[in-house]
Amino acid sequence: MAVFARPRQAFAIAGVLGLALSATACGTGGDNDNNSSKAGSAECAPYEKYQGHDGKKVTIYSSIRDIEADRLEQSWEQFSGCTGIEIDHEGSGEFEAQLGVRVDGGNAPDIAFIPQPGLLQRFVDSGKLKPAGAETKAMAEQNYPADWLKYSTVNGQFYGAPLGSNVKSFVWYSPETFREKGWTVPTTWDELITLSDKIAATGIKPWCAGIESGDATGWPATDWIEDVLLRTQGPEVYDQWTTHGIPFNDPKVADALDRAGTILKNEKYVNGGFGGVKSIATTSFQEAGVPITTGKCALHRQASFYANQWPEGTKVAEDGDVFAFYFPAIDPAKGKPVLGGGEFVAAFADRPEVQAVQTYLASGEHANSRAKIGDWVSANNKLDLANVANPIDKLSVQILQDKSSVFRFDGSDLMPAAVGAGTFWKGMVDWVNGKDTASVLQGIESSWPK
Amino acid sequence: MNFDFADESPKLMMLLWGLVAFVAVVGGLLLLLDVVPSWFARRREAQLVAASASGAPPPRRTRPREGLFALFFLLPATLLLLVGLVVPAIRTTLLSFMDGGSQNWVGLANYRWMFADDAIVRVLLNTLVWVLLVPLVATSVGLLYAVMVDRARFEALAKSLIFMPMAISFVGASIIWKFVYAFRGDGQEQIGLLNQIMVSLGGEPRQWLLDSPLNTLLLIVIMVWIQAGFAMVVLSAAIKAIPADIVEAARLDGVSPWQMFWQITLPSIRPALIVVVVTLSIATLKVFDIVRTATNGNYDTSVIANEMYNQAFRYGQNGQGSALAVFLFVLVIPIVIYQIRNLRQQREG
Amino acid sequence: MTTSTPTLATGTQQVDERRGTARRVRKRLNTRVATMISIVIALLWTIPTFGLFISSFRPEDQIKTTGWWTFFSDPQFTLDNYQEVLFGRSSSSGQLASYFINSLAITIPSVLFPLAFAALAAYALAWINFRGRDWVYIAIFAMQIVPLQMALVPLLSFFSNGVSLGGVTLMPAWDLDGAQKFAQVWFAHTCFALPFAVFLLHNFISQLPKDLMEAARVDGATHPKIFRTIVLPLITPALAAFGIFQFLWVWNDLLVALIFAGGGDETAPLTVRLAELAGTRGNEWQRLTAGAFVSIVVPLLVFLSLQRYFVRGLLAGSVKG
Repeated sequence: MAVFARPRQAFAIAGVLGLALSATACGTGGDNDNNSSKAGSAECAPYEKYQGHDGKKVTIYSSIRDIEADRLEQSWEQFSGCTGIEIDHEGSGEFEAQLGVRVDGGNAPDIAFIPQPGLLQRFVDSGKLKPAGAETKAMAEQNYPADWLKYSTVNGQFYGAPLGSNVKSFVWYSPETFREKGWTVPTTWDELITLSDKIAATGIKPWCAGIESGDATGWPATDWIEDVLLRTQGPEVYDQWTTHGIPFNDPKVADALDRAGTILKNEKYVNGGFGGVKSIATTSFQEAGVPITTGKCALHRQASFYANQWPEGTKVAEDGDVFAFYFPAIDPAKGKPVLGGGEFVAAFADRPEVQAVQTYLASGEHANSRAKIGDWVSANNKLDLANVANPIDKLSVQILQDKSSVFRFDGSDLMPAAVGAGTFWKGMVDWVNGKDTASVLQGIESSWPK
Repeated sequence: MNFDFADESPKLMMLLWGLVAFVAVVGGLLLLLDVVPSWFARRREAQLVAASASGAPPPRRTRPREGLFALFFLLPATLLLLVGLVVPAIRTTLLSFMDGGSQNWVGLANYRWMFADDAIVRVLLNTLVWVLLVPLVATSVGLLYAVMVDRARFEALAKSLIFMPMAISFVGASIIWKFVYAFRGDGQEQIGLLNQIMVSLGGEPRQWLLDSPLNTLLLIVIMVWIQAGFAMVVLSAAIKAIPADIVEAARLDGVSPWQMFWQITLPSIRPALIVVVVTLSIATLKVFDIVRTATNGNYDTSVIANEMYNQAFRYGQNGQGSALAVFLFVLVIPIVIYQIRNLRQQREG
Repeated sequence: MTTSTPTLATGTQQVDERRGTARRVRKRLNTRVATMISIVIALLWTIPTFGLFISSFRPEDQIKTTGWWTFFSDPQFTLDNYQEVLFGRSSSSGQLASYFINSLAITIPSVLFPLAFAALAAYALAWINFRGRDWVYIAIFAMQIVPLQMALVPLLSFFSNGVSLGGVTLMPAWDLDGAQKFAQVWFAHTCFALPFAVFLLHNFISQLPKDLMEAARVDGATHPKIFRTIVLPLITPALAAFGIFQFLWVWNDLLVALIFAGGGDETAPLTVRLAELAGTRGNEWQRLTAGAFVSIVVPLLVFLSLQRYFVRGLLAGSVKG
């Protein structure tokens, strides 16, 4: 054992010394720590019920990075200041893969914002996730529709409230171009096709699309299929499909795929500004809608968050350069359910301060605090529309808060990752590149984990 | 330039402690090995003196000393390897016989899956193409270049140019080449060099990364581009090491450069050549970032390491991912056998 | 050597003038062909990087709409990309300066430790006689194939849970925080580098002249002494070579850093930051190009400064039996 200790001992010594040093560095750094004095002030009144965890630290791991992460961290600054709970957020582009490694390696974060209910379920199955506390549950039930909460409920246990959301059933267009050319926003599928033909007749390819997205290439196409399936078959069939109640290659699904194909695989319709059908696979989703601004394309189906992808100076508004209309109904009897996504605040620890943060993130205070900073959509019904500045976000929040709208989560995020983040994506790439519907669906079906 | 040095000081202190630890561990080990045997040696001498004084037969020099030295020389490396690689290798092998969540034993199911799934068989074939082409092409280019620029006027500069890709990360290199292969629709201005050349030659722009099997070859180009620098550096060093008198003697005999290459250069650098080919083969078997960055394995370009990562980390199929990793171990066996033969020859020679 | 070659050559020419002339002509031709080929290779190898380099000085909209070669007909030059990547303080731009220091703090010990441990091991495997040494060597060699990815989870659990056997804690969890996490990264990199390092160094050390070692043994030198005074100086070129490769590998590594250093600016290296820049803003070429060049500079300097040194060293080491 004595020999064993050698290299490690040195590390340990180095570590201890490093610790001592960093401690002194902090001391001299002049940490203006006046958290406790603020606790009683008026601005801290809303955080009364979260008190009692002063000096505790909660780590959060998520896929949110860049400006979005800055804004998120800013949104809970006041909460942190008033309660004394330090929140340490780390965002990573490798979130989905890294989270598993960290959890398996015994180094799980306290809280993870998990955007895939399928992934959440995987961590529940392996016994790593802790059920949310009673207060968190009560807060979530108060603020979120049941349609949402069922996605973070596994075997009757509730694991965490949603945080941010997005609406995927949007078609982007240029209000200005529409006005100039005298086109009108379609409200039914038939009108949509008529409009497409009309645009195609003017020599412009009406649709543009792009499904390249690094190691997630293919996902924008899965959203297309899901939106169409929801509209042709209704939410019940959709639920059966995402839970493998009906096979992945059910004729109903094939029908939806073919219908989407009448646009996506139609050389007359796509790919405005980029080339032919095959260019869809290699066009990045970020660039895909941009030709709308130059008039080379008229329609682009993409989620609300595409608002951030327009070139600088593009005005996103109903009377601006670009805006989005709601993806029209296909079968009036099935209506037009909302397809959307979002992330769930799930916890790997059940310490009181962790649960306090979970509860706070489910509250209306946080939703409004975050919305005020800008570019934010949430299904939280305490979210005040007045705090949502961006027109497209406003429209999204209205749709999500509308009691009559039926909501369904992005299906690829519900399926097991091997399908939802694997063969479904890859299958869509093959499909766009010319592979026939039946064999694509057959391939995906056979990959569904038994 | 609002850059705060105070923020950086703990890092630099940590670096300093790392260096202190390094000196302490390595220096301490060497010192220990120096002091302890000499202490034993002194004691033995004393024993010898005592023995000769008393007339008893001198104690026999003990043999295990060599083994003990070896143990201490090998100790740090072995311990680290045990923790960092041996344990994981065993764990991976075990996981490959379990299901996706590593809960139940499933026997050989994961291996059956590997050879039954068309997509995976394709992955295995792609890996084979990679491991055949990359070492061959990269070594040839590296060797050719090393011979060509040997004693050229701007040797250092010339070598740096080829070596430069080595200094770029795999991800960075893949991004650079994605830029070269970039596609813009017919009639638009191309931003990718390859398509620009196509267009200026009167051809049509192509989506290079879309068509199999050409796309795999184009990805292999990236790996060759990176690794030729490695081959060049090692081989060039070996060429420099060929004793000058041998080269001179051959030159005096009027040997042509061609003969010189085959009869003098190549045999002399054989050990270095083996190092390069073996290293490149193993690196190629493990290639991951290039495929992931450039195509993410779409369009029939995936290789084993990429598929393994997807299965184990993204799809939560630990069993299938581990089975692929074990298959990688198996693929390296021929190289290991070759190494054993080499070692034997060397020991005999 | 370069000075001796011409004198010898002139000597030969005097012996046989005609043959010498013919050879000179042929040699010149050969040199020309050789030069041509090497120029072509050098160009092929440089153009992609050169394109990126030019792009890093072009404004954003230019990068996205036109090829970099149009720079020469329509030069639009800007340093904004570098300014933004290096010193921008909002976290959407670079702050690369801080990550740069992390990269240094990670890389230097991660090169030194495996270098020392592998040299010791390689010496033992080459020159100390003990039973089963060939098998130990082959085992270490074969370990090169263990995919890094599969080693991440067990190693992380080694750090965060410690080691215990049958309820007895052999090593407690490390529980590192902030800059101390560098120690984990050093440890991980050292583990992963050892098989290749031992393989490479063993190749050099075992080629050292046998007579030299035996003479030293006869003189009564112990293994540590031989290692320090004879072997180390002779294998400096190999050490430099491995040092370069390990430096590049660690400097460019993403996976190990992601797991063991985390993503914050306290510990994460440049690569992690660059990956983030590339990831969230897939088509922000202006940041990527400049960022890539910032990260290339150090490895290139290391290579250039060590290159001369290890070629000279190799020559010194080649004086063998």
